[in-house]
Amino acid sequence: MENTKCECGHNNPVGTVLCEYCGKPLREDKDQPLDMRYEGVARRSQTRKRTLVDRIWSFFSSVKVAVYLIVITLIASILGSLLPQERYIPSNRPEVFYAQEYGVWGDLYYKLGLSDMYSSWWYITLLALIGISLVVCSLDRVIPLYRALKNQQVTKNQSFIIRQRISHQLQIKEGEKEQVLKQLGEQLKKSRYQIRREGDSLLAEKGRISRWGPYILHVGLIVFLLGTLPRLIPGWNLEEFVWVREGQTRPIPNTPYYIKNERAEVELYKESEIVQKQKDAPPAVKEWRTEVVLLKKDDETEELKEIKRHVTRVNHPLKYEDLMIYQSGFQVDQVSALELVVLDKKTGKESETFLVDLFEPEKEYVLDGGLTVHLLNYFPNFKLEGKQPTTQSERPNNPAFVFEVKSPDKPEGEKMWVIAGTKLDIEENKYEINLKWMHLTNESGLLIRTERGLWVILLGGIISMIGLVMGFYWNHRRVWVRWMEGKLLIGAHTNKNWFGLRRELEQAAKRANIPLAQSSEGVKP
Amino acid sequence: MIKLMENLLIGTFFLYLVSTVMFVVAVLGKRVRKGDEVEHTNRWGRLGIIFTMIGALIHVGFTVTRAVVGGYFPTSNMFEFISFFCLMMVISFIIIYFIYRTVALGALAMPVAVILLAYASVFPRDVQPLIPALQSYWLWIHVSVVALGQGALSIGFVAGLVYLIRKFGKERIGKHSLYLEIVLVFLVLVLGFALSATAFGAMGYQAEIQYTVNDSQQVQSYRMPPLVGPAGGQVVEMHNFLGMTKPLMEAPTWMEGKDAARKLNSVIWSIITGLLLYAIIRLLFRKRLHELVYPLVRSVDLETVDEIGYRAIAIGFPIFTLGGLIFGMIWAHEAWGRFWGWDPKEVWALITWLFYSAYLHLRLSRGWHGTKSAWMNVGGFVIIMINLIVVNLVFAGLHSYA
Repeated sequence: MENTKCECGHNNPVGTVLCEYCGKPLREDKDQPLDMRYEGVARRSQTRKRTLVDRIWSFFSSVKVAVYLIVITLIASILGSLLPQERYIPSNRPEVFYAQEYGVWGDLYYKLGLSDMYSSWWYITLLALIGISLVVCSLDRVIPLYRALKNQQVTKNQSFIIRQRISHQLQIKEGEKEQVLKQLGEQLKKSRYQIRREGDSLLAEKGRISRWGPYILHVGLIVFLLGTLPRLIPGWNLEEFVWVREGQTRPIPNTPYYIKNERAEVELYKESEIVQKQKDAPPAVKEWRTEVVLLKKDDETEELKEIKRHVTRVNHPLKYEDLMIYQSGFQVDQVSALELVVLDKKTGKESETFLVDLFEPEKEYVLDGGLTVHLLNYFPNFKLEGKQPTTQSERPNNPAFVFEVKSPDKPEGEKMWVIAGTKLDIEENKYEINLKWMHLTNESGLLIRTERGLWVILLGGIISMIGLVMGFYWNHRRVWVRWMEGKLLIGAHTNKNWFGLRRELEQAAKRANIPLAQSSEGVKP
Repeated sequence: MIKLMENLLIGTFFLYLVSTVMFVVAVLGKRVRKGDEVEHTNRWGRLGIIFTMIGALIHVGFTVTRAVVGGYFPTSNMFEFISFFCLMMVISFIIIYFIYRTVALGALAMPVAVILLAYASVFPRDVQPLIPALQSYWLWIHVSVVALGQGALSIGFVAGLVYLIRKFGKERIGKHSLYLEIVLVFLVLVLGFALSATAFGAMGYQAEIQYTVNDSQQVQSYRMPPLVGPAGGQVVEMHNFLGMTKPLMEAPTWMEGKDAARKLNSVIWSIITGLLLYAIIRLLFRKRLHELVYPLVRSVDLETVDEIGYRAIAIGFPIFTLGGLIFGMIWAHEAWGRFWGWDPKEVWALITWLFYSAYLHLRLSRGWHGTKSAWMNVGGFVIIMINLIVVNLVFAGLHSYA
């Protein structure tokens, strides 16, 4: 068993480097400057190594392990960024896409799971391990550190003072010592140090909050990581995408809400708004905007009730309670309806026009003069597969109709095709159907999101920033002064920015008329 | 107004160049004159920092003018961002200079600023209308804070460079001096790129190549002779260059970024001119670059410059975290409906952050001060540059504008 009793009589826990009471180094490596990390206190990870819990604790409390975890995560993150992730590829068949687009290497990338790496179990495990490391490292250090800094003694052991990285020794007679200690204390006080005196010793300290910075940062990061967990809770996270045409109302999946697109517009930059015109430059879009209405179905009347109106633009989503609706996609001038007319080929007489909605066509159109047009078949995105007409999708990219026209003259009816607005002329027919006009609408792609954990994430960010600022923009500086046996011993320590401390100490000593020799590590001009 | 803006940019460039010369004279000149060395260094160093500050002021003037002309905060494309990043680096240098008064740092920081500004100027400099995704006050909040953070981190890189040259500059061969030489050659390549682009620009070189992407016809305009054309491209128009009338080869198809082939072509040209430049330097001075630069830093105190490197990171890291990650997430949430989407730019911001986190933790342990720290500072800058250049060149992402 290590003997941890200091000569000052204080009993230190096993693993202590510097005596908790007087600061005397308890390990012998005489020529090095003192190792001042964590004030030389014993930590749990060093004192207890018996049970499995102790071992796990000890593993995660190691900064070395933490750095390894960071570096492994870093390398993994690089791998994941080499090819686009699955969520960004323009295909919903990744197993084919990667091999096709990037060859053998792409196939391997997909098979290794790198194409969806950031949501893989092992990447998330890495992040979780970092989280555990954050908790254990912090607890292992912050508690003993807090105790040590709270119970600081003013009078420190001689070797503690002279083995600081900045240290000075001066010959001061006993008669002058009081004056010198007082002067130095006053000057350091002017530099906003807090001064404590005790006999022939003096402790000047400032910026202690800097020591808590890293731990507050770690708390912030833990809060942040916890904030990403609510995404896993059902109902706390919603991500839906709907295309809505002008005038259309569509339900938002998995919610009681409906969204109506009243108007969708693209605005281009006017000639006068472009400062430096480039020749042949395509027109630049200034704004995509959609006038949307959020609706909710009333439970009793089953009627849609208006809840909120908003003009969504990029960067200006609609916000309603937890719901956010984003302008996320835009299709300009989609054909939404055709205006058709029936022509009597012999007389050349046209009927009144009738409007066929491409999304919800009617079964029958009754026109003047006893004409009726029946819709027998409709293919929104027409394609011939062999001799069989089919549709490739429900989007009316190539709409094809089979109509039957009946009139008092032709009660048996005539069949005809209209494909993409053009008729297929059938010679023996009395009638044909011609396109008069196309109705165009804009279609807006709306992203609907709910992210209830967001405030936790933001809170984590704020706490992290407070920790960072405390830790990096403050320095914990301490100066120990002790007069003993005709000598004035000065030692100083900081957790960062030695240059600043050295200069501050030298200037304070100069003002107090104490000649400090430039220390051996002094700064050259 | 546009004329004024262009003149301010040229003025900035010129003043940064002048301050570079001042700093170099400050650290070198003392051997020439027999007078008081400290006095000499102080006087020229003071001139150096004064010119740096005037340069930075004009640079601010340029940025403000551009903001007035364009009607938005000018960090919306590669030229604007790199120029602003350069300004932030110079401002970080000024702050660090007034803390540590290390003249030799200026002799390396200002040339890096000159190279950055030259590199920025290669990208299209026209004031373009702002795309909808960037129309937000977060444009200036997010981007300017990122640039400031990265600027400070870059000064950490310069300090690391000073440290390494001071320590290994005299060694002709060796592991460290070899890597150091590679880093310096990289800076020469960037300079080579700027020079070749400027030269061909002055000649008015032009070529246009048509190609197909996702079933739509597109045209890439070249300002430098296209050694590499887009895959499956057809020459529309091409000035003759040394008898070359069509691209020598096609870009690999996995390069997906916007105008990837043209950018790859620029990289090849920068390697050609950069290596040519390097060969000339080697022939002229009969020295490797690190040996050539060594006299600039010979009187630097290693421990001080190690601390400057750490200090720059300590200043830059919180700012980068705030701008790059936190503000970035808030804006991403406002604009795209998710605070984090593993977009390449986001991933590389995270990589930057993880890298500097590792650096800060490693400095807690013995044996990581000095040389290893200095190399990590260089590594961090490489990551920042990858995020700035490679991510835009090779990866297709949401941040493709800059």
